[in-house]
Parts: sequence; C-alpha cells; structure tokens
Amino acid sequence: MTRYLLTRLWQSAITLILASLVVFVGVRQLPGDPALAMAGEEASPERLAEIRTQLGLDEPIATQYVTFVGNMLRGDFGASTRTGTPVTDLIATTLPVTLWLAGYALIVAIIVGILLGVIAERFRGRWPEWVANGFALIGLSVPNFWLGILAILYLAVTVPIFPASGYVPIGEDPLQGLYHLTLPAIILGTSLAAVIMRQTRASMIETMKTDYVRTARAKGLGRSRVLFRYGLRNSLIVVVTIVGLQLGGLISGAVVTERIFALPGFGKLTLDAVFTRDYPVIQAVVLIITVGYIVINLAVDLLYSVINPRIRVGGSN
Amino acid sequence: MLRDADTLPLLAIRDLEVRFGDNAEPVLHRVSLDVRRGERVAIVGQSGSGKSTIIGAIFGLLPGDGHISHGSIRLGANALSPEGVVDEDLATAGEMRMRRIRGARIGLVPQDPSSNLNPSMTVGAQIADALAAHGVRGRGTIARRVVDLMTEAGIPEAGRRSGQFPHEFSGGMRQRVLIAIALAREPELLIADEPTSALDVTVQRQILDHLQTLVDARGTSLLFITHDLGVAADRTDRIIVMLDGRIVEVGTPAQILREPQHEYTRRLVAAAPTVAATVRARESAPVRDGDGGISDSAPILVIENLVKEFTIRGQRGSVLRAVDDVSFSVERRTTTAIVGESGSGKTTVARIILGLEAATSGTALVDGHSITASRGARRHDLRRRVQPVFQDPYASLDPTFSIERLIDEPLRIFRVGDTASRRSRVGELLDQVALPRSIAQRRPNELSGGQRQRVAIARALALDPELLICDEAVSALDVLVQDQILELLMDLQSRLGLSYLFITHDLAVVRQIANNVVVMRKGSVVENGTVDDVFLAPTSEYTRELLGAIPGAAFAR
Repeated sequence: MTRYLLTRLWQSAITLILASLVVFVGVRQLPGDPALAMAGEEASPERLAEIRTQLGLDEPIATQYVTFVGNMLRGDFGASTRTGTPVTDLIATTLPVTLWLAGYALIVAIIVGILLGVIAERFRGRWPEWVANGFALIGLSVPNFWLGILAILYLAVTVPIFPASGYVPIGEDPLQGLYHLTLPAIILGTSLAAVIMRQTRASMIETMKTDYVRTARAKGLGRSRVLFRYGLRNSLIVVVTIVGLQLGGLISGAVVTERIFALPGFGKLTLDAVFTRDYPVIQAVVLIITVGYIVINLAVDLLYSVINPRIRVGGSN
Repeated sequence: MLRDADTLPLLAIRDLEVRFGDNAEPVLHRVSLDVRRGERVAIVGQSGSGKSTIIGAIFGLLPGDGHISHGSIRLGANALSPEGVVDEDLATAGEMRMRRIRGARIGLVPQDPSSNLNPSMTVGAQIADALAAHGVRGRGTIARRVVDLMTEAGIPEAGRRSGQFPHEFSGGMRQRVLIAIALAREPELLIADEPTSALDVTVQRQILDHLQTLVDARGTSLLFITHDLGVAADRTDRIIVMLDGRIVEVGTPAQILREPQHEYTRRLVAAAPTVAATVRARESAPVRDGDGGISDSAPILVIENLVKEFTIRGQRGSVLRAVDDVSFSVERRTTTAIVGESGSGKTTVARIILGLEAATSGTALVDGHSITASRGARRHDLRRRVQPVFQDPYASLDPTFSIERLIDEPLRIFRVGDTASRRSRVGELLDQVALPRSIAQRRPNELSGGQRQRVAIARALALDPELLICDEAVSALDVLVQDQILELLMDLQSRLGLSYLFITHDLAVVRQIANNVVVMRKGSVVENGTVDDVFLAPTSEYTRELLGAIPGAAFAR
C-alpha cells in the first residue's frame, strides 16, 4: 500500500510539473499584453517598458519560468498585475466559496442520483422509473445556465423561496450561508445527479441479476436488505469511477453557476483574470485546479479499495 | 415417529407449468415429482431441460418475467410450525410467506461458487445474514454460530476466516461457505443445484462426501440437480431424468443405469463418460503411414525440462514455479492428454507451446523448433501448424463477427487466398465439422454451445494445422454434446492425420479420446504413460486418488 501511494505521489509530481509548464507557456501565447491592460490604451511606450521590467516580462522566458517555479515553491504566488493584491489573498477569499458550492453540489448530486437510481431499479417498468428517467434526461440535456435562469425566475422571483443572488460566508453565519448556496448547488449538481442516476440504475440492474443476489434471496432475506447490502454496494464501484471522472465538470460548471448567481468565487476570479491577462492569477488558479484534480483522482482510487476488497493491498488474486 | 407427516411427501410438485412471458411456450410441461422426508432425489438433464427452472419455481425466484402458469408446489406440513399442520402451496404463496420459507425450510446450495458470494462482504457476514433473516439475534450468538457452521462445513480456522472476503477463498472453500449458508437454519429440504460441477474432481468428491454426511446426520431431504449421471447414481436414492421441460423417466440409480427405458436415457447412459463403462475403441499405438518415413515418425511435439516461474506481485523475490521440469512428447497422429486439477500448470504448458508465454528454461519444440525462439518466416510457419481450441465457446468467439468472418480470420491474418477462395474454404471447413453451410452469415449468439465449439474447431482447422491444442475443449458442454464433439475430433484425426494435445481435468474424457496421458500436479509430472497403463496400473498415489474420485464407477458394467 505504501509503495502504491509513493508511486502515485511521484506520478502526481510529474503531472504538476507538466501542468505548470503548459500553463506558463500557454498564458504567454494568449493574444493581449498585461502591461497594456495595466497601463491603459493611451500609455507611452516608455511606461509600458517600465511596467514590463517591473513584472519581469522582459527576461528570457526560461528565466521567467525558473523564477516562477521558485516563487511557487516558497508559496509566493506573486501579486495580481491588475489590482496589486497578493494572489494568495485573492485565492483565500474566493476558493472557499467555490469549495463550499462544489462540495454542496456534489452531496446533492450523490444523494439525489443514487436515490433516483435505486428507485428506478426497484420500480422497473412502472411510473417511478419513468419519473427518474425523465429527470435524468432533463438534467443531461438542459444547459446549466438556462436551468439557473429558470430557477432564479421561478424559485427566487415569482415564488421567493430562495435568494436570487448574494453570498454569506459559511464561517460567519452557517445557516444563512448554506441557504444562499442551496439554489446554486442544486443547479450545479443537476447534471452530475443525472449522470449518477443513470450509472446507478444501469449498474444496479446488472448487479441484481447476479447469482449472489439470488443466493441472498434464497437465504430468506427481504428485498430491500438485498437491494442495499448486496445490490447497491457492488454497484457503487462503478458509480465512484464516474463521479471521479465527472468532478472536473463540477469545477468548470461552478464558473458558470457563480456568474449566474453573482457569487464571488474562484470561477469569477478565473474569468476576470483571463479577460485582463492577469498572468500571476491565471497561473495560480490553473495550478490549484490541477492539484485539485490530482487529489480527487487519488482519493477516488483510494476509495475504490475501501468499497472493493478485491483490489485492496496491491491486488492479490 | 410414525406420524402422518413422516409418510407424506415433504415436497409434492403437481402439473407444474412455467412460462416466460404471457404467450410464450411453457418451459416446464406439467411436471410432477415428490421428495419424501429423508429421501435424496436427483434431477438429471442437460442445459435447457428445465431443471434449474424447477428450483426457481420452488423458491419463487424465477428470473425476469418467468411465472408459474399452472400447477402446485406443496411443501409438507411442518409439525413444529406455529400455524399447525397445514401444507403450503409455494406456487401461490406471497412474498412474505416465501421469505419465511426460503432459507428456513428450504436451503439452496447454488452451482457456481465463484459467482454466488457477494464479493464486497466478508463470508462471515454473509452467513450471519442467513441467520439474521430468520430471527437469530445477538451479535455474539450469531458470531459463534457462524464459526460453528463454517467448522461443520469443513473450513479450517473458521474464526479467522469468517472475517475474510470471498476472493481469499479457493473454489472448494467457497462452496463450503455456500453449504454453511444453506444449512444455517437447518432446513428440512436442501436443494443442491450442480453444487460441484465447477470444481476439480477430487475436491468435488470431498465436498459431496461432506454434504452427504451433513444431510444424513440431520435427516434432511435432498433434491440434487446435476447433468452428471454418475454423480446422481452415487449420491441419491432416486433419479428423475428430464428432457425439454418434461420428465421422461424416473427410477432408482440401478434401474436408470442398467435398464434405461426411454430412448433419451439410453443415450445419456451410453454417453456418460464413466471410466470403466467406456469401451475402448482406440488403438494405443500411434497410427502411422505405411512408409513410416523419418520425418513422420519423429514426434510432432517434444517438451524437455520445461520450467516456468512467475514472480509473485508485491512480494519481492518470491517465485511461483507454475511448471516444474516437465518433459513429455506427442507422437504424430496420436492424442496425448494432460490431466490435472486447477493450478497444476497444465494450461501454462499449453500457453508456452503456443508461444503465448516464454519458458523460464527448458524447451517446447514443435517439429524440432521452438515458437518463442523462432523469428520471421519460421515463427510464422510454426504458428500455422499449431492451433488452439479453447474451453469456453461463449467467450472465445467474438460475438460481433459472423461465423464466416470468425472462421476465415486466420486465413486473412496469414493472407491465404482471395475472397472467393476463402469463402469456399469456409464452406469446406463447415462441412468438415458437420455444420450446415447456411450458418456462415449468422452470429455466435444464434448458435448452441456445441455448434459454437464446432465453429472454434473449424477456425482452428482453417490453416491445415498439424497439432491442435485443446484446452478443456469439451468441459463446458453437456454430456451428449461433449460426446459428439469428441467423436468429431477423433474423426478429424483419422481423416486429416492431426495430432492432439488434450488438456482436461476429466479422466473419463481422457479414457475416451487419448492414447497417452500425462498426469500433472502442482507443476510437475507425476505419471506419464499410455492410457491403459495409467488407468489399469497407476503407479502414483495421486493418480489412484484421481481415478477413485470419478463418479459412477460403482455402476459401471
């Protein structure tokens, strides 16, 4: 197990180095100039050159990269070229918003998805399955932003159950914070819930046909006990894989959702940074997302071995 | 003890008819049978005969839209039941009643130990579930009972092993776990559905012996479902023969084996590959051509001091010797069988010969050349001359290919002929394996198991090979089909001058088809000789044990 973990960490490090290179070069290939963005259209060439020197943009690209990596390793992400605020501060205020939103959406998606999937299997060919399937179809085919706009229109304006926008930090007021995040989380989680529902349903249908399910029933166990202890647990192995693969979509979905609900999150920070060619912010944001992906994938792989005893400890047998 | 309940049947099935879908033809046609208290009854039949459907009907667990469309399944009154002496009709009982009966009054030992245990639950928890389902309460009580049951079922170190998962158990041990589950609530009737057909012959005997001891000690009635007439004869008081959803014959083992009445039973008895009953039709000596030239008399396959080691993952330096200094040879136009149980290394030997695996040391020479050591044109040529036929005709044929495409694939790979000539070659090959040419455009899932295995043989013959490696080529087939395929292989051998290396765990099949036999155990050869010598005068203890474990020997004529 330790050896497995070490291998995985080593692979992660390589992924990170590659990602930092791609980001670093990629950002500099974007059309536009941060100096121009900072100084404004009317700035004199001398002023632009001055700003470039100040930002270190006149150095060779290799030197810039080395400086960048060195600073990163010291935890220094630099300052926003637009506002001069340290990037770490920007991240510290925006990242929690997105993490709460994504986490909340994930929980909603897992609960709703698995529940509907189980219901669809249990009531095959009857109306609950059709309802669940209909939900999945809508969740997958209707785009996020459209659902968000509809939700604001009907659930915040026509019938004011939820606030239309705004954010209250969870740390300050947990109840109000969660309340403000509920609608965005539901909207963000919908497509993931639909994917989980379909996967759970398909996987449950297969599992419930297996011999060990019949044997469990022949022991005299009731249907629901068999459904959960024998059916669902083995179906979850597939579901966990899908969730792991889809988590990336949750982060990109968060960018859009934050925009609709005017949440001051990571997504908004990313968009603003890209529009103003704010190199330090873009680099930091992309690296943090990459680290997030790596951590999530590692977690999913470790979760596997918890759910599926056959691959525990390097896969004996 | 002579109450009414003792003389009445425990299970009485009357005119049972089961259909899948409302308008479909019934798969069981008015089947009636009795199992008396303490009696052991076997149902024998090939796949599709409806024997497994009977089990589904008894348990109320028919798959899909299967349902009982006529008839009754009466489970005799249980004097101990709180409801008093009332018969239960399982054909009409609701889910709640059935839950009280399943496991408690009727236990099931299912067929395949590899697929009947929940892979993500410890075996202890799965046995505990069977107890908890019928009201046994208390963690400690259940845990103690689980260990007792496992010990009774013959699982050593039950306390420790109850916390393990199914994949940590061997096939035989898993089957013991399933027996422990079936007997957990001491049911009056135990239904065993082909309980050992997935196991090696010596393990099969141990498990059946053990099951019999447990059943006898408890006075449990046994309904034993099997395709193996030998096993049925050894283990039960009465045999019911089924064909296409109907009962065709009922009798004691002696009656069924010695005086079969029905045409189908007669064929079944004749095909049953029980060792001594098989009349030897083959010459022990290899059949040679008249001229007996040098190239013809040299063996087609020579294995010398073959060793294959695998390093065990996760344990540095520890090595598993799967094949340990194996030597033997196969003469031209003869059949050599490798016999052994799972883990004996017989399949690894086959893979090395086919060039799918490299030997650690030693050589496997086909016509004097090693496939793995050869390169270029010679390797190409050797591969053509050695062709495999695998065990599972369901898994070894790509379901998306047409039969024609499957058979001519080797021709395409080796760029033999053009489209027209390949097509006519496929026709010839289908003729050779006695399949109608019209099936060329069909897909594997439209064919039966026997037909698929014929397709696999046709595919193997496409390149005019000299040596066929048949790895358990008939093990997955019903006994009558198995017999037909063995006939086909023998016929092809005499017509085409083929040599066979026949890998099997079934000694009866060896007796039927082979000239020479190599007995393997744990990677080594324990015995090697002609079939007559090995069967009539085995020198190793292990071979004697294998021979003794063959079911049905007692009834051989």
